[in-house]
Amino acid sequence: IMADDKDVLRDVWFGRIPTCFTLNQDEVTEREAEPYYLLLPRVSYLTLVTDKVKKHFLKVMRAEDVEEMWFEYEGTPLKWHYPIGVLFDLHASNNVLPWSITVHFKNFPDHDLLHCPSNSVIEAHFMSSIKEADALKHKSQVVNDMQKKDHKQLWMGLQNDKFDQFWAMNRKLMEYPTEDGGFRYIPFRIYQTMSDRPFIQKLFRPVSPEGSAHSLGDLLKEMYPDAITNDGEQKRYQVVIHGIEPLLETPLQWLSEHLSHPDNFLHICVIPVPTD
Amino acid sequence: MPVSLLWAVDVYGRVYSLSTAGQQWEQCRDAQMEFKRVTAAQQCCWGIACDNNIYLNVHASDLPVRYQEETYENQRWNPVDGFSERLLPSDRWQWSDVTGLQHQPLDSFQLPSSSWEWEGDWYVDENFEGEPTEKGGWSYAIDFPATYTKDKKWNSCVRRRRWLRYRRYKAMDTWAKIPSQQTTLPDPFSDISCGGWEISEEPRGRLSLWAVSLQGKVWFRDGIYHHNPEGSLWEEVFLPGEVIQISCGPGDLVWAVLWEGQLIVREGISRDCPKGSSWAVVESPSPDVGAIHVAVGINVVWAVTKDNKVWFRRGVNSHNPCGSGWIGMVGEMITINVGLNDQVWAINCEDRAVYFRQGVTSSELSGKTWKAITVPRDGDRSHSSFSFLSTLDSAGCYFCGEVRAQSVVSDAESDTEKGSADGESIPGEGEVKAPCAGSALSPSQSGGPLDPQWSNVDLEEAQQAQTVAVQDTADTCSLSSVATYTLAMEDPYGADEHPLWAWVSGGGCSVDSHSQLNWFNFSMNTLVSSVQSMSLSVSPAQTAAWRRQIFEQLSERTKREMDNFRHYEQAVEQSVWVKKGTMQWWRDWKPHKWIDVHFALEQFSGPDGNKDGILFIYYNYYEEKKYLHAFINEVTILVPVLNDSKHTFAIYTPERTKQRWPIRLAAATELEMHDWLALLSVSCCDSRGIHGPPSKQAIWSITCKGDIFISEPSPGLEAMPYPTPCDQMFWRQVGGHLRVVECNSVGIVWGIGYDHTAWVHTGGYGGGFFQGLASSTDNIYTQTDVKSVYIYENQRWNPVTGYTNRYCTLLRLEFTKRVVSDWAIDYSVSGGTDREGWQFAADFPASYHGYKTMKDFVRRRRWARKCKLTTTGPWQEIPPIPLSDVTILPCTAQSSVDVIPVWAISNKGDVLCRLGVTALTPAGSSWLHVGTDQPFKSISIGAASQVWAIARDGSAFYRGSVSARSPAGDCWYHIPSPAKQKLKQVSVGRTSVYTVDENGNLWYRQGVTPSYPQGSSWEHISNNVRKVSVGPLDQVWIIADKVQGSHSLSCGTVCHRLGVQPVEPKGQSWDYGIGGGWDHITVRGNSVEPPRLRLPSLTDPSSRSPVPVRNTEVNGVGN
Repeated sequence: IMADDKDVLRDVWFGRIPTCFTLNQDEVTEREAEPYYLLLPRVSYLTLVTDKVKKHFLKVMRAEDVEEMWFEYEGTPLKWHYPIGVLFDLHASNNVLPWSITVHFKNFPDHDLLHCPSNSVIEAHFMSSIKEADALKHKSQVVNDMQKKDHKQLWMGLQNDKFDQFWAMNRKLMEYPTEDGGFRYIPFRIYQTMSDRPFIQKLFRPVSPEGSAHSLGDLLKEMYPDAITNDGEQKRYQVVIHGIEPLLETPLQWLSEHLSHPDNFLHICVIPVPTD
Repeated sequence: MPVSLLWAVDVYGRVYSLSTAGQQWEQCRDAQMEFKRVTAAQQCCWGIACDNNIYLNVHASDLPVRYQEETYENQRWNPVDGFSERLLPSDRWQWSDVTGLQHQPLDSFQLPSSSWEWEGDWYVDENFEGEPTEKGGWSYAIDFPATYTKDKKWNSCVRRRRWLRYRRYKAMDTWAKIPSQQTTLPDPFSDISCGGWEISEEPRGRLSLWAVSLQGKVWFRDGIYHHNPEGSLWEEVFLPGEVIQISCGPGDLVWAVLWEGQLIVREGISRDCPKGSSWAVVESPSPDVGAIHVAVGINVVWAVTKDNKVWFRRGVNSHNPCGSGWIGMVGEMITINVGLNDQVWAINCEDRAVYFRQGVTSSELSGKTWKAITVPRDGDRSHSSFSFLSTLDSAGCYFCGEVRAQSVVSDAESDTEKGSADGESIPGEGEVKAPCAGSALSPSQSGGPLDPQWSNVDLEEAQQAQTVAVQDTADTCSLSSVATYTLAMEDPYGADEHPLWAWVSGGGCSVDSHSQLNWFNFSMNTLVSSVQSMSLSVSPAQTAAWRRQIFEQLSERTKREMDNFRHYEQAVEQSVWVKKGTMQWWRDWKPHKWIDVHFALEQFSGPDGNKDGILFIYYNYYEEKKYLHAFINEVTILVPVLNDSKHTFAIYTPERTKQRWPIRLAAATELEMHDWLALLSVSCCDSRGIHGPPSKQAIWSITCKGDIFISEPSPGLEAMPYPTPCDQMFWRQVGGHLRVVECNSVGIVWGIGYDHTAWVHTGGYGGGFFQGLASSTDNIYTQTDVKSVYIYENQRWNPVTGYTNRYCTLLRLEFTKRVVSDWAIDYSVSGGTDREGWQFAADFPASYHGYKTMKDFVRRRRWARKCKLTTTGPWQEIPPIPLSDVTILPCTAQSSVDVIPVWAISNKGDVLCRLGVTALTPAGSSWLHVGTDQPFKSISIGAASQVWAIARDGSAFYRGSVSARSPAGDCWYHIPSPAKQKLKQVSVGRTSVYTVDENGNLWYRQGVTPSYPQGSSWEHISNNVRKVSVGPLDQVWIIADKVQGSHSLSCGTVCHRLGVQPVEPKGQSWDYGIGGGWDHITVRGNSVEPPRLRLPSLTDPSSRSPVPVRNTEVNGVGN
C-alpha cells in the first residue's frame, strides 16, 4: 500500500537524533561528569531541548564556573538557531551514531554563535522565520490574518512537541490557490559546509513561467549548479533534506509543503560525498 | 464538473469543438460540408450547413435514444367465436390507440427518418397495472371505453391488449439532416438558436429551437425532447418586423434582432407555452447605430451594434425579460454568445479570435475582462502525430503535386516520426527562432481571403473558400513541424497561424468562473518550449519514483537513527493539552433551551501510547457551577445537525444513543464548529487508533443533511448469539455530500448526490472541514451538489374572493449553501398538480390531488429553490448520466471476481449496467443500457448475480440469466408485489431478498432457491421501515422510523436484525443503533465472517452476560 503524504509530515516531525552529550574536558568539575544520552527532535532547536542536559552537568559543577552553555561538534560550534536536523546533516551525517556533542560552559564563541539567554529568544527567532516564509509564500497574508493565540499555538506546538497542535495551525500556512499551482516563492535555504556564506537564499518560484512545476533539480541548477552530478561525472555532493536524499525531479512545491521545517523553510544541506 | 464542449465555426465553415479539459480545437471531421452556424446544448448540437439544411448532431451516450411505439388490439366476445376481432360497427378499430379514436394497425408505424432503426418486432405487453397478466396481456371490460381488469368476469364482453415496439435513434455523433417538411418549406434558414431546457424537466431533454429564414421569418421547432431529438414540425412565429438573428437562453429568455436595428423580446414563455405569446420591442443600445447581434442567457442579455460595440443589458430576469438599461462594455466584437451559467464568449472583430469573458459570476454577471482562447487546432501541433497524419492524408488527395509545401511536408513528417521514435527532440531546433518574428504578422496584413468581409459565410463564399480551406490544411501541416516552419512562412497564404472564427456556441459548455481551463496560456510562440517540455516531462512512473524514494528513505532513516536508540530518553516530555472555548448547549432539563457553556477538551497520552481525552461542559444550574463530561474513547459519533439558525452538532455515546438524547452543542460560527468537529474527530480517532482511509469492510451511512459517515465493523458485529451492540459502533465522517452510497467488500464505493450526480470513492478520507491531518491529500476533490428547498403556498377558498393566502412560511436556508435559482413553482409533487402547480384538498392537512373538485376548499402549491453546495471529499464524478440508484455485487470473502457487476437506475428510470468495474478501476468504463417497458426506481444485485429491481409502478422484477459472460442478463421476470402494496426499494444479499414498500413495510422473499431464484411469496417482517440493506453475509440492516429511546423518540435510525442465520434468514428482533436523522445505510462491504462461537463453560463465573438487546416494547419497530 502506498503511504499517504500525511505520513511524511509525521515522519518529519518525529525524526529523532540519538545524541551523546559529553562535558568539555577543560571544564572544572567537582567529580567526573557522566555522558548524557538523549533523543533530540530533528525539527527543534538545541537550546530549546537541552534543559535536561544542563541540569545533568550542573550537578557536578560549581555555580561560579558556569557561564552560558554552548555546544560543539568536532571543533565546530553548533549554531542553536539552525534546526537540529540541519546541524546534524551538515556536520555529522556520515558518522556513527549516537552523535557526540561536546558541552561547554565557558569561552562562549561570540563571533560564531548568537547568545540565547532564554526561550523567548528562540521563540522570536522561530516566529520571525515563519513570518519571513509567509512573506515569500503569501505576501504575509496568512500569518497576518492569524491572531496572537494562533502564533502562540505554533510556538507551543514546537516547544511541547505537539504535532497535532502545531499542524492544526500550520496547515493554513501551507495553503495556496489551486489556480496558482503553488506558493508565490518557495522559502528555502541551501547550506554548504565549505563556505563562509551562512546559506543561499533567493527568490524562486515553484512554477515556471510556462506553467510547468519546478523541481528540486531546477532550484539547484540555478542556485548551486555544482551540487548536481552531470552525466558521466563522479558524484561529488549529496543533497540532503531531513537526512534523506530526495530525487532531483521531486517537485519543489511538494517538498516545500511536506519537507519544510516548522519554521516553514525548506532547509537543504549540500555536503561532500564522504571519501572512504 | 464533467468535460463538455465549446463549439465554433471558422471562416471557412469548418466546425470545431474545444473540450473544457482540452488544449486544442478538434475539427469535427464528420461534417461532410461547411457550416454557417451551430448552436449547442449539452446533449446535441444543431447547425445550418451551406446547403441551407438543418443538421443535428446528437452526442453519443451510453443511454440510447429509444422511442416506445404502442398500439392496442381490441376484441369483442360473441357466442359463436368467443373473443374475436369481429367488432360491432359502433366499436373502435380492431387496432387503435389507447383512446380508441385513432386507427393504428401495426403496419401503419413508419420510422420518422433515416436516423432511426427498429430494435425488434412488435410484442405483447404482459404487465397490467404492475401485475403480470399471464393471459397473453389481455385485460377485460364490460364495454369500450370502460375500466379494464386483469381477470375475465362473467360480464366481460370486450378485451384489449397493448403491443409495444421500440425504435432507436442511430445517428449518434454524426451530422444528420433534419427531414424537410412535407408542407410548404420555409425559405432557407440563416440563423438558429436552441435553449429552453431549464423551462421544464418534463418531458426529459426538452429543447426549444428557434430559426430565422433569409426572408426574416422566425420558426419554432416543436416537439424536441430526449426520445424525439429531431422534433416534430416547424411552426411559424408571427413578428412585428423582419428578424436577422435570434438567441434563445437556457431558461425562458428569447431575444431577436430586427433588420432596422431594434431588438424584440419574446414574452409569455412558460412551461405550458415554450413558444411564448407576444413580442415586446427594445430600442438599440445606441440611438444612431442599430443592433446587429444579440445573445441571451438565464439572467443576461448581451448585444453587439453595427459598429462592433458590445453592450450588456441590466436588470434582466425571468419576470422582466426586457431588462432595464444598456451598459457599454469594452471590446469590439462581431458576434457574442452566452452559454451555461451565463458565461460569455465572443469573436473579436480585429483578430477573429474567440474570447472568453472572465469573472462572470452570479453576483457580477457582466464579468471582468475578455481573454483570448489561444489554443491551437488539432494539426497545428506536432506532438499529436496521429491527427497530423490524417490531416496530411486529406491534403494529399486533393493537392498532390500542386502545393509547393507538400513534398516538404512529407519529409518533415518522416523526420518527425523518426525523431519521436528515437525519443529525441525534433531536429532543426536552430531554426525555431524565425517563426517567432513571423508570427507577429497580423492576419489582416496578409490580405486576400482573410478580410473581415467573411463575417457571414454564405453559400458562394463557402465554395470559394473550399480551395483556400484545403490549401490552408496543407499549411497547417507544415506548421506542425518545427523544422519546416520557416518554409511555411514564405507562403503568402500561410498566414493562418491562428484560426479565424466566424461563430461560437457555448450552450453545451459547462464552465463557470471557478473552472480550471487550459485555454489561455498557449500561443505559437511557446510552441517550441512546449515541444521541449514534452520530451522532458516526467512520466507517471517517474513521478511515483520520487515519491517512493522519499517514503523509502524516511523509513530507512527511522531505522538508522532511531531503531537502536529507543531506550534513550526523549528530550521533550509529553504533557496534557487543553483546548477551551465557549459554546451553547441544549440543556438536559426542562424547559429545554440553549444556554451558554464553557467547553474544554483535555488530551493526554494514554498508557498504551494511544492518545485519549475528556470533554468537559461547564454550565450553571441555579447559580451553581456544574459540569458534564464525556470520555473521548466513549464518543461514538459527532454529527452536524440541521438547524435553521445555529451551527449545531451532536455528540453521542452508547448510553446517549439508548436515550435518543445526544449532547447538543451550538458554535458561534460555522468555522468555529468545523474547527471543533475536526479537532474532536481527530481526538476520537486517535483514542481508538483509527487512522487513514476506510477499510473495504466499512459500513457507510448518510444523514438527512447529506453528511457521510463510516464505521469499521468489529469482527463480532454479526456474531451469533452475542453480536456487538450496534449502539457501540464508532462512526467517523468523510467529506462530501451525498444522498445514496453503496459499496462492496472489494472496496468499490459509489455515491449519488442530491442532484443525481454519480460519484466514485477515490480511496481517500477526510475532505470537507477535515482539512489538514485528518484528511488524505492526493485524492480529495471538489464536490458540488444541488439540493432543493421547498415551501408551500397555501390558500383557502372564500366565496367572495376565491382562493386567498392564508399563510406563507419562508424557510431560512442553510449557511454553506449558495442559492443558485429563484423561487419557482415545483410541479413534480406527488399527487400531481394543475397547470399553475396547485394541488387541491378538502381541508388542511389532507391528501392532495392535482385537479379541483366540488369538495375542495383549500389548495396549495410547492415552490422550490435550488441551493448549490460546494465542498471537498474523496469523490470523483462519473459523468455524464445522472443516477437515482446504484448497486454493486456484494463479494463474499472467498469469491474472486475480477470484473465487478454494478447496476444503476438513471434519474429518468433507465436500467443501466456498468462495464469495466474492477478494484483498480472502480469507476468502470461505460454503461450498457438494459431495456425496460417502464421506468424503474430501485435495483439490487446479490452475491450470485441475482438482479432484482422495482419499477415505478411498485412492482418487482427479476432479471434472468445474469452472469459474468452475460453481464446484462436476458429478460425481466415480473414478480407480483405484496397484496395492495407498492414496493419502493429492494436489497439482495447472499441469498436473501428484502423489499420495502411505500407504507414502510419490510418484506422477505420466501422460497428463493438456486433453481427457482424468483421465489414464491412475500413474508411481512416489520413495519416502520424506510430503507433496507442486505449484506454479503445476508445480514439485514435498516433505517427505521420512530424508535423510542428512554428520553426521546428518533426517526431515521440505524437498526440491525438480530438472530439472522442460514437456517433463519429472517432473524428475530432488532438492535438499535445511531439515529435519528439517518437516511441511508449500506452494509454490503462487510463480508467478515464472525468468529466461530465458543460457548462459555457453564462453570466459568466470568461468562458474558446475556444478549445486550433492549426490550422490544420501547420501540416502534414491530417484529
